[in-house]
Amino acid sequence: MGKKMHIQMTVNGKAEEFLAEPRELLIYTLRERLNITGPHIGCETSHCGACTVTLNGKSVKACTVFVAQADGSEITTIEGLGTPDALHPLQVAFKEHHGLQCGYCTPGMITRATKLLEENPNPTEEEIRFGMAGNICRCTGYQNIVKSIKAAAAEMNAAKEAAE
Amino acid sequence: MIPASFEYYRPKDLDGVLALLRDHGDDARVMAGGHSLIPMMKLRMAEVPHLIDLQDVAGLRGIEVGAEGIRLGAMVTQSEIIAHDGLAQAAPILREAALQIADPQVRNMGTVGGNVANGDPGNDMPGLMQCLDAAFTLVGPDSERQVAARDFYEAAYMTAREDDEVLTAVTIPLPKGGHAYEKQKRKIGDYATAAAAVQILKEGGSCASASIAMTNLSDTPIFCEEAGAALVGSTLDTAALDAAVAAMQAAIDPSEDNRGPVDFKRHVAGVILRRAIERAWSRA
Repeated sequence: MGKKMHIQMTVNGKAEEFLAEPRELLIYTLRERLNITGPHIGCETSHCGACTVTLNGKSVKACTVFVAQADGSEITTIEGLGTPDALHPLQVAFKEHHGLQCGYCTPGMITRATKLLEENPNPTEEEIRFGMAGNICRCTGYQNIVKSIKAAAAEMNAAKEAAE
Repeated sequence: MIPASFEYYRPKDLDGVLALLRDHGDDARVMAGGHSLIPMMKLRMAEVPHLIDLQDVAGLRGIEVGAEGIRLGAMVTQSEIIAHDGLAQAAPILREAALQIADPQVRNMGTVGGNVANGDPGNDMPGLMQCLDAAFTLVGPDSERQVAARDFYEAAYMTAREDDEVLTAVTIPLPKGGHAYEKQKRKIGDYATAAAAVQILKEGGSCASASIAMTNLSDTPIFCEEAGAALVGSTLDTAALDAAVAAMQAAIDPSEDNRGPVDFKRHVAGVILRRAIERAWSRA
């Protein structure tokens, strides 16, 4: 066992403090230490994107970040995006447009898509496919994922316009 | 996949990094975004008893585009390269290449310094920096030196950097003329089966200078001076293109792996270089 270090982070708005070995991977910290099981472990080799979370404002793969690197960080997971009673527009759109089948990739997909739409609120189909290229889905063939993200973008833009 | 234990350090300045490297010798490694090193540590192919995270070290970030050239701090990420409009204007090949590296999440972590310093023949930035005749700044305990990208790579994961040195910046002379970074890969996120970086200057309808470097076709990137020279003075006719491709074929030394046998890689290298030269010429 290696020496433990003191870690502080804010996850979905909640301050967390604990002791952990620096080699612990962020995905295990989230899932097994903090019981935040939305982000999944798929390939565990930074290819599939099932573990995608937002770390200090950027989409990252939590299987390839040591907890030590994330000391002092702010993290958002799928759990921080919506609640069962008040789903995020992306969650609504994935539901409406059949953007998932088995659902395993979905938390990573949607967490990544939130950042894609922040970076580019009105993406073309090609931009969606390119911006989501770090997330693999083995069920849908991607068609309905693209549709869902397009629909969510339209919904979010309309809501923003209505608010202005 | 859990890596072996290590001591973790997050120094605030370069002196702190250099002191740790001095104390621990080759038991210590610096880490930028970690997207080359962490996978190797998880597979236990790299053992790093002392891991020095560079994320808080002052002075390693920032993109400067000046009249003389470009300076990229070692901790500049691929995403930052893509997002920087001034950089895309001054050296559009950087954005074009960065967009072909990995995927959005990996580009948010992966840095230019890590990409060039690691010495992985699959990385795209080393060949690109050879094409652009970039130099790497290496800071050691008592000295700072510049090493040309074209002199930096010795073998797979073996570079001119000493164990007690840190690569802190990449400086690039402002490129002239047309550019192309062409990469053949099996899927998004894959390393190149073959990739070519080309920068061509056109004057009075003919080629005034050409710089060509190839990626993942040898145990180092291959800067191919002869291939560039084969184009100079020509109007990029078929004979000149054939000569450049032949010169490139003589310089590379691909080996068989899961991206294909040697003959296939040589074939792809030829196709990719032709495409890159034609596209760079069309923009020159």
